[in-house]
Amino acid sequence: MRHEQAGEMIRAKGLSKIYREGKTELRALHGVDLDVRAGELTLLMGPSGSGKTTLLSILGCILRATEGKLELLGEDVGALPESELPRIRREAIGFVFQGFNLFPTLTALENVELSLDVRGTRGAAAKKRAGELLNEVGLLEKAQSFPADLSGGQKQRVAIARALAGNPPILLADEPTAALDSTSGRTVIELLQRLAREDGRAVVIVTHDPRVLTFGNRIIYLEDGRILKEEKNPGNRVEEAAFLELPAARMISNQFSTVGEKGARP
Amino acid sequence: MGLLARRNLFHDKVRFAVTLTGIVFALVLIIIQFGLFLGFTSTTSNNIDHSGADLWVVFHGVGYFDTGRNFSERKFYQVLSTPGVERAEKYMQAFGRWKRPDGREENVQVIGFHPGSGLGEPWNVVQGSTADLRQEDSVLVDELYREKLGVQKIGDRVEIGDHRARVVGFTRGIRSFTTSPFVYATFKNSLDYTNPTSTEDQTAYILVKAATGVAPKELKRRLNRRLRDVDVYTTAEFSTKTRFYWMFTTGAGLAVLTAALMGLIVGVAVVAQTIYAATMDHIREYGTLKAMGATNRYLYRVLIEQAVWSAVLGYGLAMVVAHFIVQGSEKGGAVILMPWSMSAGMLVLAGVMCIAAALVSINKVTKIDPAMVFRG
Repeated sequence: MRHEQAGEMIRAKGLSKIYREGKTELRALHGVDLDVRAGELTLLMGPSGSGKTTLLSILGCILRATEGKLELLGEDVGALPESELPRIRREAIGFVFQGFNLFPTLTALENVELSLDVRGTRGAAAKKRAGELLNEVGLLEKAQSFPADLSGGQKQRVAIARALAGNPPILLADEPTAALDSTSGRTVIELLQRLAREDGRAVVIVTHDPRVLTFGNRIIYLEDGRILKEEKNPGNRVEEAAFLELPAARMISNQFSTVGEKGARP
Repeated sequence: MGLLARRNLFHDKVRFAVTLTGIVFALVLIIIQFGLFLGFTSTTSNNIDHSGADLWVVFHGVGYFDTGRNFSERKFYQVLSTPGVERAEKYMQAFGRWKRPDGREENVQVIGFHPGSGLGEPWNVVQGSTADLRQEDSVLVDELYREKLGVQKIGDRVEIGDHRARVVGFTRGIRSFTTSPFVYATFKNSLDYTNPTSTEDQTAYILVKAATGVAPKELKRRLNRRLRDVDVYTTAEFSTKTRFYWMFTTGAGLAVLTAALMGLIVGVAVVAQTIYAATMDHIREYGTLKAMGATNRYLYRVLIEQAVWSAVLGYGLAMVVAHFIVQGSEKGGAVILMPWSMSAGMLVLAGVMCIAAALVSINKVTKIDPAMVFRG
């Protein structure tokens, strides 16, 4: 289902996040500015502790920024009361998690149905829609399988179908390919790319996985809570991109190359 | 959400079995204790409740059955002559010594009444009849006490207070709250059995039947105006006073109720623990639901539905177990009563118990940070 809304779906200005525990303060984000347009697949990269997940959580209305302004689909979510945030998450955002976070006691179809149930769609309508969504990710034949009987790639595709239940214009994914082999990882990232391109969704992916770099419209590199570098339309140039000159990025890339050489990960 | 609630509940069968066991254990314990309480309570006043009388006239200050004091039968005639009295009968209750055929002795409570009067007669007579009591030296006893009293059949002979007595019939299910079984005899014989020095011109109680159209409360007022040195109670009042005395003044009922309360606390604790453990097992899933936009209310409903399922299934099993226990108690000295109102109440209690247990989990789920879904 194509989203007709054009322009910026996410507009973040000066986002900062400070975690406080007792007298200790940890500044996870420093004035991050970020716009994500409809149909765009944005990759957030950076070393551990760089603020990627914090930024993703704020964009997903799971965390609130300490400072700054965040607009989703033109709505200033920072101005909304806490009680309104679940509605924003239901209506505007779909989440895909590194560990899939499927419900092990439910079948693939029921996992998607549950997401529809949260959004108020129940009964036969939910079953029909859940089937359509599984079909969209190519897993209709696995509808009655439990997560334990699915491969990693299949689980992630079910998770994507579940994320699409509310037909959200924004998809946020946290390391969606990290736990997958190269074939499954490619299938998943291609699916996310298609959801951005063809459906006009804004897709933001936090990743360490260099295999996905060529699929992004943009790569945003974070370090110490700041945007250090941004690469637009990297395409195949990514391997040689200046992006990789950044020490941490090089480390990530090397890490994957090393593992790949050993045969554990392609 | 219903599906998730059911699947989360039934998925781990061992845990669910533990949960059900806890609920069934708690409910059966509560049913037995409350059932015993009801059974004891009913037993303390059974002769009053089955008396067929509207009013009881007792010696002044006698607060409950089992401790009647004799007073002059002049009062009896005063009662009889009071407008609005359809019928009145003298009635006795006193302790006596029962000598079994084998020579052993037992304490008994002898009830004296006028057979055929319709007032104060035994009920559930399963062998013989109250009319047989008109025969000389005859008594009726309950079949529950055959062994205790050393009698097996109609015609067996014993002695009560050094007077001969012959069993002419048996009742079924008339228990005594004290350890002394009831023995029914004519008013005259009861005096002989319990206090040979007393005469027929005395009585411990007067049972009164109001005439048609006369309210017992109104008749009670009239009798109170006419009679001195006695108290007049409606049957319900005297029953309540007797029950209250035995259940609360003696502490017997409190002990049973305390045990029932313990059952409730144990039940809540067991169910709370198992539901909480199940919630903790699925905590990441609840976090995922929150991240997906599920409200706290949605999550509460999942937990409440789990609690309700636990309650309904636990209740069903508990009722089956309780049914057999209650049936078994009918042949024993202490009956466990389970009226339909108690069965219905138990369903409500099971629900309340399980929902109260779920509150611990609800508190936990409320505090889940949805950001947990991004942590490894």
